[in-house]
Order: sequence, then structure tokens, then C-alpha cells
Amino acid sequence: MIASELKPLEEILGYLEGEQKVFIVACDGCSTGCRSSDPERVGEVVSALEGSGRRVTGTARVEMTCNPGLVALMLMQQMEPVREAEGILVMSCGVGVQTVAAAVQRPVHPATNSLYLGGFAGLWRSEPRCAECGDCMLDYTGGICPYTACSKSLLYGSCGGPKDGKCEVDPEVPCGWVQIYQRLAALGRQERLRQMPPLRNFRAMLPAGERRRASLWALELSQDEG
Amino acid sequence: MSFRETVEAGEFAITCEVGPPKGVNMEAVLEEAELFKGRVHAVNVTDLQAACMRVGSLATCVLLLQRGVEPILQMVCRDRNRLSLQSELLSAYVLGVRNVLCLTGDHVVLGDHVEAKPVFDLDSVSLLRAAQGLIEGKDLAGNELEGAPSELFLGAIVTPGADPIEPQIYKLYNKLAAGARFIQTQAVYDVGAMERFLGRIEDVRAPILAGIVLLKSAAMARYMNKNVAGVSVPEALIKEMAEAGERDKAATAEGKKADHKVKTSIDIAGRLIRELRPMCQGVHIMPLGWGHHVPAVLEAGGLA
Repeated sequence: MIASELKPLEEILGYLEGEQKVFIVACDGCSTGCRSSDPERVGEVVSALEGSGRRVTGTARVEMTCNPGLVALMLMQQMEPVREAEGILVMSCGVGVQTVAAAVQRPVHPATNSLYLGGFAGLWRSEPRCAECGDCMLDYTGGICPYTACSKSLLYGSCGGPKDGKCEVDPEVPCGWVQIYQRLAALGRQERLRQMPPLRNFRAMLPAGERRRASLWALELSQDEG
Repeated sequence: MSFRETVEAGEFAITCEVGPPKGVNMEAVLEEAELFKGRVHAVNVTDLQAACMRVGSLATCVLLLQRGVEPILQMVCRDRNRLSLQSELLSAYVLGVRNVLCLTGDHVVLGDHVEAKPVFDLDSVSLLRAAQGLIEGKDLAGNELEGAPSELFLGAIVTPGADPIEPQIYKLYNKLAAGARFIQTQAVYDVGAMERFLGRIEDVRAPILAGIVLLKSAAMARYMNKNVAGVSVPEALIKEMAEAGERDKAATAEGKKADHKVKTSIDIAGRLIRELRPMCQGVHIMPLGWGHHVPAVLEAGGLA
């Protein structure tokens, strides 16, 4: 399980500047397990969006948002409200946000910070990866994680190393920052790269004991209920 | 006149580069620096270039200062976190270093300690921002300094031949916004491509020093085209070097001494300097072991 917590509502509203119509994807997996995307949280987010004068074109729950097949299925079922939306808010871990961002031609925003990968057996980590950094940057980078897609985990753009769009570390690995640039350019949002976010806060990777207990407790509770 | 005064006065600036050795034999690098003295405005000292462990940039910069050669301290973000990088900037300042070139640095897997932890806590942009903060009297955590390194002169690099170029251009503007006051470029061989690049960043006011890497052979040119990001040596230059190499071979076969390759290399570098001079504010020569040919290169470029 990737533990996550809902970002402050002001931060989420900040991401949606200039977007009046928003579609919400909420994950029924880990993030519901730690109560950052359960129906109650979705309700809070919908109220906040409506309170700010926005319209929610629809909400969808996906069993595991990290699964591209399930995301594609949801998008087929929700074609109209997704098409109508100017932006998509994803309430899941960073993996789910990246999966949705890769599947739609819309700006995709993270609603949570992914914190901590618990010691859960049988977990298969495939691309796209989440660094559980505790301060999700996927809004800034067009839904591609700079910490996992870039070999140097750079936050402020490409180094001088990429050749033909490939990383200096391995010519078979695409440069994460070239991908981020191309994704943003396809959405007409590349000018955002001129806004430099604050330095990465490594302390955010260490979730408070209280949060850790609450997350695991929540998952155990959901298992008890069957 | 210092390097900073030179570029701020709008004069054509000349910088060169030395690389500290792997081991403590400093004679060769100090001899090179002595040779550059009076011929260039400042000498860059690389920081664990190519991710290979060696004598540090700061120690070498101080040895240069003691010999009356103005250094440019290169700092990469691969090997130190934000505490150590800021501390090194303060250390450099108290030892008399003023010019700092801020770089992200090659990844450890390109060097000779491939199993090392790559740090990259900061990158070129955030290191510039950290240094600019120190200049203004505050560290990255917002703490006040007891004495600010107010005369630091910060630089950055750009790769004019990168493909795609747009991510590099965004990064360049972020470097300038973060505090870069001068720019040195990756090697330039294609003057037309450089002109097009400069056309895209016309509003940049910081002086741009075009990078000149001496071609040692046709094989080196082909190697760079294949392996070095953003460097493309035009076929005509490769042909010139190849022909010079053939003439050297023929002379050696006849038992004669010949240095057509060296002469051609110097001639090419001189030509590049003369062609780049009207569009740039300086040149940065990276001799890669051919430091002894730099005086001839400057002469060929009309800078001696």
C-alpha cells in the first residue's frame, strides 16, 4: 500500500486556477485504505470546488487507479464528462495520477501527497513510479514524476545530458525532463516551467507516527469489514 | 582587471579550463595555469570532471590564486547536499575565490565510482539560487549570515546544440532568474547553429562565452558526435582533421616528423573564434590536455 494524505484544499484550488469545469477520479485502492480518497473525502473536495464557483462534470471511482486497463475502462464509460472537463483532479497516490495523466489529453492534478510505501507483500511496482516524496509535484510537471522519471531526480528541468531525448545514464532510457516538456507542450502549458517551485523537502518523506498508525489502522479496518 | 570587471565592461572575455589530477602531482596543472596567465581573463577549474574522483576544485583554485591566476570555481551537485554546497561557497569566498560556475554535474554512472550514491539534493538552478541567497545574506533555510559573500560572481552553462532545445532554453532562463550573471557554453563547432540559438534567446543580457573544445583527431570528432549530448561537429571539419591525419601518417612512413593534425586543430579553433566573436561576448576554451597549444589558438583566433 502507498499511504497518502489529502493535500490542503487551498493547494488543490490553486492547481485549478483558470479551470472552471473539473472531473474527479478517486481511487478505491490504497488511498481509500488510508482515507484520502474515500467517498467522504471526495464529498469534501466536491463541496470545496463548488464553493469556489466551479462545476464538477462528474466523479468516477476506479478500483485501482494505478492499473492502466481499469483507467481506460473508466474513461470509456465517462467519455462525456471527461471531455467536458477543463482539468482532471485525481485522488490517488502518485502512480494513479501518472496513469491518468498518460491516458487523457487534459491537465491532470494530484489531490494527495504520497507518503510511505508500507511493507506489503506481493506488491508489483511497475512504471510509472512514485517516490512517495510526501509533496507531490505532478501538477507542476504535467503528470510525470520528476523524482522517478529523471535519473538525477531534478526538480528544475533538464540537465545538459540528454542526447536525442535519451538519458545520459542509459541511451535506452528516455529523458524524464524531455518527456515532461513534451507533455506540457502538448497541453500548451510549457510556460509553467518558468515558475520554480520551492526546494524539495526531504522531511516530508518521513510521515508522522500518528499518520502511519492511522493509515495502517484504516487498512486493517477495511479488511476486517471484508 | 578582474574577470567580472572585464565582462561587465562589455569587453570580449577569454576563459580557459584546467582539470585537477587524480593524485597529488600538481605540477602539470599548475604549469598549464601559468601558461594561461596574462593570456586569459580567468581559468575554470573543473569539479571532479566526468564524475571521476580527483583533487578538488577549491584546493586547485586556491593554488591558482597564490600564483596570480584568477580562477572560476566549478561546482557540481552530484557529490554534496545543500549544507555542504553552501558551506563550500562560504569556504571558497574566505579563501579569495569570487567566480563560481554552478552545474548539475554528470551522473555517477558515467564516472569511475559507478556504485556511489548520486546526491543531486540541489541542481544547477537551485545551487544558483542558494548562492544568490548567500550573496544577499541568507542561507537556504532563511538564517541570517554573519557576513555575506557579497562579491560572488555566478555563472551557468548552456548547451546550444541540444535536441530538443526547448527544455534547455527554459532551464537557461531559470538559471538567469536564479542568479547567473555569465554563461559559458558547451562546445560549439557549427557557427550557424549557434547563431540560430542566440536568435532564440535575444533578450538575454548576460554575457555568453562560446565553448571551444580543441579537436584532436577525426576519431575524437566522430566519438563526440556519437556520444556527447548537444555536440555536433560538421562533416567538413571531420574531413579536414582526417586529411591532416593522413598527411601525418604519410610523413611518419617517410621517417619525417609532422604535426599537420595539431596545426589543423589550431586553425579550426582559431577560425571558430573569429567567426563567433561578432555574436558572443567571449570564448571559453577547453583544451582537454592540449593546454600547451592554447597560446597558438588565441593567436589564430586574433586574441593574442
